[in-house]
Amino acid sequence: MNDACFQLKGSAVSTVVLELYHYDSAADFADLLGDKVRQAPQFFQQSPVVISLEKLAEDQTPDFGAIVDICREFHLQPMALRGVPEPLIPAARETGLALVPSNTRNTELDMSPPAEPTDAQAAVVVKKVVEERLVSHPTKIITRPVRSGQQVYSEGDLVVLSQVSAGAEVLAGGDIHIYGALRGRALAGVNGDTGAKIFCQNLSAELVAIAGNFILSDSLQKKCWQESAYVCLEGENLQVHKLP
Amino acid sequence: MAKIIVVTSGKGGVGKTTSSAAISTGLALNGFKTVVIDFDVGLRNLDLIMGCERRVVYDFVNVIKQEATLNQALIKDKRTDNLYVLPASQTRDKDALTQEGVEAVLNELSESFDYIICDSPAGIEKGAQMALYFADMAIVTTNPEVSSVRDSDRILGILQSKSRRAERGEAVDEFLLLTRYNPSRVEAGEMLSVSDVEEILAIPLLGVIPESEAVLKASNAGVPVILDSDADAGQAYDDAVQRLLGKELEHRFLQAPKKGFFQRILGGR
Repeated sequence: MNDACFQLKGSAVSTVVLELYHYDSAADFADLLGDKVRQAPQFFQQSPVVISLEKLAEDQTPDFGAIVDICREFHLQPMALRGVPEPLIPAARETGLALVPSNTRNTELDMSPPAEPTDAQAAVVVKKVVEERLVSHPTKIITRPVRSGQQVYSEGDLVVLSQVSAGAEVLAGGDIHIYGALRGRALAGVNGDTGAKIFCQNLSAELVAIAGNFILSDSLQKKCWQESAYVCLEGENLQVHKLP
Repeated sequence: MAKIIVVTSGKGGVGKTTSSAAISTGLALNGFKTVVIDFDVGLRNLDLIMGCERRVVYDFVNVIKQEATLNQALIKDKRTDNLYVLPASQTRDKDALTQEGVEAVLNELSESFDYIICDSPAGIEKGAQMALYFADMAIVTTNPEVSSVRDSDRILGILQSKSRRAERGEAVDEFLLLTRYNPSRVEAGEMLSVSDVEEILAIPLLGVIPESEAVLKASNAGVPVILDSDADAGQAYDDAVQRLLGKELEHRFLQAPKKGFFQRILGGR
């Protein structure tokens, strides 16, 4: 048992994103940014900012050094460049900022009307789907009881060959199978997979959740309580079914 | 090489020290050279239960800090041969325990003893983690009530993740010792039954110690209850020690005593 002096954790930080559409000259950029900052100087004071190039018009080569300097002049703190196109990566690296991949799961609402799908776009979509299928996460198998206070996470499916005690938590990006009593919490599809399911030999859970929709034990006790059952999402509601 | 056994529970007041005293005495009575260590630094109790409080000069923390040798700190039990007590310090706190220090003491004891019993403090913090870290075997002391069972489950999780064996990818042998069991209250539905607790914790049962007046009497007298061979609790601890040594015995004291004819008529308890 060592008292580690730090712990690595994943965390989401919300920041201001500066989305660059086109870049003509440093002076134009400075003028425009100055206008924005003057509207709400308090808001932008020392605020960290991610510069996004995802919506940058093609064939543009912005001067990253100038952009970063201008941002700092207006007391913004650029911390990363997002979605830098391949050819611009060497130039982007010189700024010393972190390069983050483009936001594939953009939660912002896209207000523009959907464009007519062209053959080219269809091809891209097909390629994407194939790529996603290929990235399969291995199933994690736990053979011992998951005890109170323990937390087990699997990016793919999770199989527990024993029980999950009260006060324990099992999470999976995919399905969860528990070949024993589920007395703790089980959260399947934590990355938003609404097709994820939870299977268990004895449903005595404190909480079950699929893709963020959860029910507590009070509601669970009405159906299949302490019996073998599976839980799935139908529409927005979790449904409990008896295992055949 | 000695076998290191931790007596732990998570929850306080369930009978860890009583069980440590009884089991270590039982092992010594069976001819094994045994030492029982009090890890409850700052809340020293084991010496009282073992009846050696007036003979404490040096303690566990003194040995860790190399202010005394092990031989100076070990107290030889007056009643039982082969039995030694290493008392905790009453004036320090759990931070006085260092992993290297505890390891050095356990290594030195391992050379000459057969069994090392570590009496864990309550809780899941440093003292408890130190007590269980080096264990080969854990005796999880549990009362038949939900909060004790929950805490035992938690400590089993810590044994699985934070013990030396766990870090090496091995498992600590875990056993359940159910204490303060009252069959009449179980029959009345007021207390969890043995099978309820076994089902929740899912570890092998080492013994069931009935709730008994003999335990309090023995504690106050400073005599481990296992030496009271007339008491049901003493016999139950003896059974548990025999099982620890590999014998297969049936569990006793699981049924409420039947009331006699006159007791039924007179309504006595």
